[in-house]
Amino acid sequence: MLRFLARRLLQAVPLLFVISGLVFLLIHAAPGGPLAIYLSNPNVRPEDIERLRRALGLDRPLWQQYWSWLAAFAGGDWGYSFSDGRPVAARIVERLPATLELVGVSIVVALALTVPTGILSAVRRGRWFDRLTTTAAMAGISLPAFWFGLVLQIVFAISLRWLPSSGRTTLGGGDFVDHVQHLLMPVTVLAVVQASGWSRYLRGSMIETLAQPFVLAARARGVPGRDVIVRHALRNAIGPVLAIVMVDAALLVSGAVVTESVFAWPGLGSLFTEALARRDYSVLMALLMLTSTAIVVFNIVADAAHALIDPRVVES
Amino acid sequence: MRAPTLLLLCLVAAALAAPALAPYPPDQLDLAHRREAPSSAHRFGTDDLGRDVLARVLYGARVSLAVGVLSAAVAGASGIAIGGIAGFAGGTLDAVLMRATDAMLAVPRLPLLMITASVLQPSVPLLVVLIGMAGWMETARGVRAEFRTLRARGFVEGARAAGAGRARLLVQHLLPNAAHAVVVSLTLAVARGILLESALSFFGVGVQPPQASWGNMLYQAQATLSTEPWLAVAPGLFILLTTVSVNLTGDRLARGDGGR
Repeated sequence: MLRFLARRLLQAVPLLFVISGLVFLLIHAAPGGPLAIYLSNPNVRPEDIERLRRALGLDRPLWQQYWSWLAAFAGGDWGYSFSDGRPVAARIVERLPATLELVGVSIVVALALTVPTGILSAVRRGRWFDRLTTTAAMAGISLPAFWFGLVLQIVFAISLRWLPSSGRTTLGGGDFVDHVQHLLMPVTVLAVVQASGWSRYLRGSMIETLAQPFVLAARARGVPGRDVIVRHALRNAIGPVLAIVMVDAALLVSGAVVTESVFAWPGLGSLFTEALARRDYSVLMALLMLTSTAIVVFNIVADAAHALIDPRVVES
Repeated sequence: MRAPTLLLLCLVAAALAAPALAPYPPDQLDLAHRREAPSSAHRFGTDDLGRDVLARVLYGARVSLAVGVLSAAVAGASGIAIGGIAGFAGGTLDAVLMRATDAMLAVPRLPLLMITASVLQPSVPLLVVLIGMAGWMETARGVRAEFRTLRARGFVEGARAAGAGRARLLVQHLLPNAAHAVVVSLTLAVARGILLESALSFFGVGVQPPQASWGNMLYQAQATLSTEPWLAVAPGLFILLTTVSVNLTGDRLARGDGGR
């Protein structure tokens, strides 16, 4: 198990190098590079930009710049936000709780939808429940998340006036009920979209597992039907699905960009769109780099979890 | 022919026939009739400049569908090339290409595209290329896996023994057998391309006004959601109809019962 993990970690190192190279090149592809923000500012003279360029070391060879950027980034120095001059890390940290709250609740709700739906539609394959959920999941996968958010706002906030249309709490308010009311719509969007994909994977994985001889053998030994499905089949089928859940979770934590900005949820996703509007590349790059790193790391965690549930993974 | 394919063909036909079907030119301003709710004169209402929403949805269909299909073509071509080379060559080249694929898969697609589009401020053709370049990984993996299993099969060895060169082996024997996997991943790429274009335009970094796309119509609709909610209905419904019918068609292809 340890050797398995060590190998996976070692494989991740070149991966992170390639990703960071990609991200770095992207900053420098911008006209004006990291100083692009100053080009359009009439108060900054060209000679000032030239001086800044030299002061910041932007006249050095690209590989040297990459190396010092990477070293600083790995050391936790993510630079300063162009739009308000504060450290990027501080801006990210202050947005993290809101995102964790939204994403945590959404994942729990999505899993609560996924597991029963995936199992039932696999067991009752082709029956009405399966057909209904297959249709619903297809709609969920095809749904543009931002439009789903707008429709929910039109129905529940503008027409019915049941729910607040955006934000995390009412100004000055903030009791538990108020909190839940603000969470309902963004959680619905995220949970429906995620559960649509996940339940399909679980259904497929369950159907494959249920067709295997050991399931028949368990039935033949007289194991009750429910136990066969939950203790034997589900345990085998859930591994690959958990891997997908982990990676999607990493993606969400680093910013449910679309959902957060539609509902003005003050998390990392909104930070990303705000930074995008202001061309605040230092914030954008840090977020992109963090997301990618989180995805790589969560992939390894998912592998480890998979290996714990199903020891055969380590062998292969 | 099944309903999803039929619906898809109708949507494509409507997009192609937009000049004939649209009741007004898509950019015709009518400041006397701004922000009108749907009526018999304007079936989907008018926007903040008095432009007919139905006309803009029809013209927007051209942009959205074209971006979806062409970006899938770019993704497919690069995916086939990269996956094909990796699966055919094996060894170090394979390892390098697959690590690059893994790296690309670990970078979140939409944020990456949003940054790139904000940096480059792309025209529609460049947007097609960018969305395509962000979507080749799945096809590449599929083609590589297909090639590797095929290489081990008897008929490939037979062809090689009969004196087939590399090119002939690739074009005549490997590619046709990988076609099914490619077609399935391509349909998914079309739906994804349409969703990505609409999301980019929704955030103001995709197709730029005054040219209409379903995404930038929703971007404009969001600003006046509380007073003119109908502006958000039609473009979103059309995105949903298109992606559902594309995905259902892809699903059927994946299960292998074709158009039957």
